[in-house]
Amino acid sequence: MIVAEGVSKSYGGTLVVDNVSITLPQKGITSIIGPNGAGKSTMLSIVSRLLGMDSGAVTVDGMDVTKTPSDVLAKRLSILRQDNHMSARLTVHDLVSFGRYPYSKGRLTIEDKDHIERALDYLNLTELSGRFLDELSGGQRQRAFVAMVLCQDTDYVLLDEPLNNLDMKHAMSMMKLMQKACRELGKTVVLVLHDINFASWYSDYIIAMRDGKVRRHGTTSQIITPEALKDIYDMDINVHEIGGHRVSLFYD
Amino acid sequence: MLHKAESATTRRDFSWSRPTIVIVILAALALISVACFMTLGARGNWSFIIPFRGRKLLGLLLVAYSIAVSTVLFQTVTNNRILTPSIMGFDALYILVQTAIVFFLGPQMLVLINPYAQFGIEVALMMGFSWLLFHWLFLSGNRSLHLLVLVGIVFGIFFRSLSNFMQRLLDPNAFQVLQDTFFASFSTIDPTLLGVASATIGVVTLVLFRLGHTFDVLSLGRETAINLGVEYKRTVVTILVLVAILVSVSTALVGPITFFGLLVASLAHGLIGESRHRHILPAAVLLGVIALVGGQTLFERVFEFDTALSIIVEFLGGLVFIILILRGAAR
Repeated sequence: MIVAEGVSKSYGGTLVVDNVSITLPQKGITSIIGPNGAGKSTMLSIVSRLLGMDSGAVTVDGMDVTKTPSDVLAKRLSILRQDNHMSARLTVHDLVSFGRYPYSKGRLTIEDKDHIERALDYLNLTELSGRFLDELSGGQRQRAFVAMVLCQDTDYVLLDEPLNNLDMKHAMSMMKLMQKACRELGKTVVLVLHDINFASWYSDYIIAMRDGKVRRHGTTSQIITPEALKDIYDMDINVHEIGGHRVSLFYD
Repeated sequence: MLHKAESATTRRDFSWSRPTIVIVILAALALISVACFMTLGARGNWSFIIPFRGRKLLGLLLVAYSIAVSTVLFQTVTNNRILTPSIMGFDALYILVQTAIVFFLGPQMLVLINPYAQFGIEVALMMGFSWLLFHWLFLSGNRSLHLLVLVGIVFGIFFRSLSNFMQRLLDPNAFQVLQDTFFASFSTIDPTLLGVASATIGVVTLVLFRLGHTFDVLSLGRETAINLGVEYKRTVVTILVLVAILVSVSTALVGPITFFGLLVASLAHGLIGESRHRHILPAAVLLGVIALVGGQTLFERVFEFDTALSIIVEFLGGLVFIILILRGAAR
């Protein structure tokens, strides 16, 4: 279970995350939505120890993220940020193999290789596995990084805007994949999403942030309502029910 | 991380991948350079020539090794291909430390205390300073590459000017003593430090071996490295301190060289074609050996020039630097 208590973070005087306390539900997909500058990505970075907090505490299965050795956490929780700049030149296979680093420290076992093959297969990357990352399209690169994170085989998978760079088809298959990973492998997936329809269609739980605070949180049917969305985004959004799912129309 | 081709097969049918071929060719060229350096134009008694040239050769090898390894690791840790320790003003800092010792403690220090103790003090000061500098530059937030390059150049000039200023204030005798210590070049390597330099490099290499598994992960960038469980801050600071020691060793032996590291690191990355350190590090070291030992043989024995090698190396390295900056800006 991931629990945040009184987490605050400011950048040069502006409070980006303001005293956030929240417990993320176990298993299933939790989406974090909210307008730009709401502190969503910052919150995700704090939870995943990429960023320090000014005050408060975050625990993952009772382990304080700022005090637990990094390699212990790396077997419990994985994080993927949106822009992964790196100077290294790697093949897809190499990148995915890094997902096993927390376990093998660079010396791959037979079991590690199984994990790598499975992750490549899961994301349809087997064909591309020998290609260098700089020869791939943005979407393929994104999938390669997700494969690395899945290969890490952690209970908690945190993804910061994983649908960036993806076309509709790949965005949809990414979300389906996350659903599958939750159902089949019992994972807890936390995503920052901008498209509220993706959030509505695929998540089990939604956390809405605004101005550094958790504005609302609840099940999809509690959050995807005209009132709640108005409160979060400050705009009138029509919500329609289609085939048991809620779809928002926000085009004017 | 095993390559696909390797992971599919066993170790027995070892494939001649590109990195392997490159490293074998480089190793052969490096051996040829060493052989030529030791034998070419040798007239007279071998029992004199071998230790005489051997000492010089050892010096060049130590310099090639420390510059290549420090540059590659520095680039890994800072996650870019343009910065090198010397572009960040590291060797200038070493000269400053040396000057400051003479300035504040008097020139007797350089004569009285043995060179090992002096070297030890200098390295310790370098480590301290570099730790502070790195801390400020790389661990407190993200800073743009161009800012870093600028800061590095400004630091370099600052350190150099400060050394110059102190040197002006010294009395001529003290200045003479000091000048002797840093007027080193590839052809006049300071022989007193060879032993302690070898020992230092040995210790640094042992520590690096123990950290070796983190290098590839660190080259994925800070966030991915943390995600994969590297104790980022501690590992990076350790590597940077080791880099500072390596820079001290090479500067103590041959004086400051700005672009040589950039040259060998860029060539190594270009030739190998991928970024695993088990390939890049040996390739960079071998390239360094070829450039220094081979170049020195060529200039000293074949063309009979004296100081030209450092000029040529710096010229080529400078070109690489400009090309990298232009390509980086175009992206």
